[in-house]
Amino acid sequence: MTIMTILNILIQGVLLGGLYVLYGTGLSLIFGVMRLVNLAHGDFIILSAYLSLLLMGFGVHPLLSVLVVAPVMFAIGWPLQRYILNSTLGRGIMPPLLITFGLSVILQNALQLGFSADSQGLDAGALETATINLPGDLSIGVMPLITFIVSILVLVGLQLFFERTKLGRAFRATSDDPQAAEMMGINSRNIYAVAMGISLAIVAVAGILLGVRTNFTPTIGPARLLLAFETVIIGGLGSLWGTLAGGIILGLAQTIGAQIDPTFFQLAGHLVTLLVLVFRPTGLFAVTRDR
Amino acid sequence: MSAVLAVENIESFYGEFQALFGVSLAIEEGQTLAIIGANGAGKSTLMKAICGVHPPRKGSITYRGKPIAGRSAYQLVAEGVVMVPEGRRIFPSLSVEENLLIGAYTERKGMWTLDKVYDLFPILKDRRKQGGTDMSGGQQQMIAIGRALMGNPDLILMDEVSLGLAPIIVTEIYEVVRKIAALGTTILIVEQDVNRGLREADYVYCLLEGRVSLEGKPNQLDKEKIASAYFGV
Repeated sequence: MTIMTILNILIQGVLLGGLYVLYGTGLSLIFGVMRLVNLAHGDFIILSAYLSLLLMGFGVHPLLSVLVVAPVMFAIGWPLQRYILNSTLGRGIMPPLLITFGLSVILQNALQLGFSADSQGLDAGALETATINLPGDLSIGVMPLITFIVSILVLVGLQLFFERTKLGRAFRATSDDPQAAEMMGINSRNIYAVAMGISLAIVAVAGILLGVRTNFTPTIGPARLLLAFETVIIGGLGSLWGTLAGGIILGLAQTIGAQIDPTFFQLAGHLVTLLVLVFRPTGLFAVTRDR
Repeated sequence: MSAVLAVENIESFYGEFQALFGVSLAIEEGQTLAIIGANGAGKSTLMKAICGVHPPRKGSITYRGKPIAGRSAYQLVAEGVVMVPEGRRIFPSLSVEENLLIGAYTERKGMWTLDKVYDLFPILKDRRKQGGTDMSGGQQQMIAIGRALMGNPDLILMDEVSLGLAPIIVTEIYEVVRKIAALGTTILIVEQDVNRGLREADYVYCLLEGRVSLEGKPNQLDKEKIASAYFGV
């Protein structure tokens, strides 16, 4: 194996990680703000891909469809949290798990009813196969590169939102101590609703990029949820940049695993996650505080 | 003068346990009122009932003539009722300055700004970039008071501001409380330290086992009465 082959594998792995970063960010965000685990997270990713598919029927390019799909997903997330999930908070870990698990089942079945179980794909045209050739026989796919750049932009955007805006500050205060935040005039239930909205808007980006990359069916959501969990577990809960590291490590593990044997692709990712769980159960960069 | 806040016959419960039995009190514009009482007398429960964190099951609370029992804490902040919570509750993820800015979340109009709060507590200005919980207990209490002021309150509820602090720091904190009172803000303090409560307040209520056991102006209450109202002997 030449240096160039190794370099190529590493680049592909890192770029693949970009997609996992997008999977994990929304999950990490809502856990960080309201300690809620959304088991329907993966199914929302797939729902977004189908929404983009609908728009493709009207001739909208998948990458442009994000301008519609992301606001629509925000508009689904806000009331979902405000009117359903908020009422489960403070009653232990089970109620939100049960409700989002039920939601996952409903979404999968609704998608099957609406779109059949046939495999679908988003057609991004020439972009899908476009590559950038680098010296030394290296070539980088344009779509994976776009995905990776988008994932960085999402993280930078979130970071700026948390650090620089009044609402972002309220997010951090609510994450620390929701009752004290209420005493400062912050309506934590509204903060939670906005957090779920933002989470699903990021999910929209992830779903569209997934749909351009590979084919999808209504039932592949739970497997995306698993990848999102693994990203967050490796990176550490509540840490934006940990999520970046988690996604990249997962992408690298899968790509390197596939080189050893193509069937190792999934297994290598799971093994790395397991190693992190054994040796550093809080993840590599955990910042979310116990409360 | 009319009462800024009037609490009438409230009863609070934690599950089946009753913590307040028909407590009434009134606080007038510009007054500093102290609630004293031993551990478990119901002082904090009364505060939580007023600020909306733990609404009473029975009775009424009126603020400037409007009934507020059952309103959420965040709604009351916008109306000018702000809490300095027991244990300070500084946000660990936020810097000193960000903690203060959170106090201004509702953007209620008034005289308090970041600069005015820094004038009151110069030490906070020097350390504004530090983490809120990296500060000493006394400094955290200053942040908690400054944070409440940033909400431009008409009525500040201060819950056990002296708890766990060195006497010299407590004196410093109360000097500031006096300054705030002198500006016309109505203040309700809860104090475990009876002498401190008597010294600082215009009017005192003593709670015992969830009931008002004594009330009056500090200079009109004699020591023995206070002792029996406090300890129930």
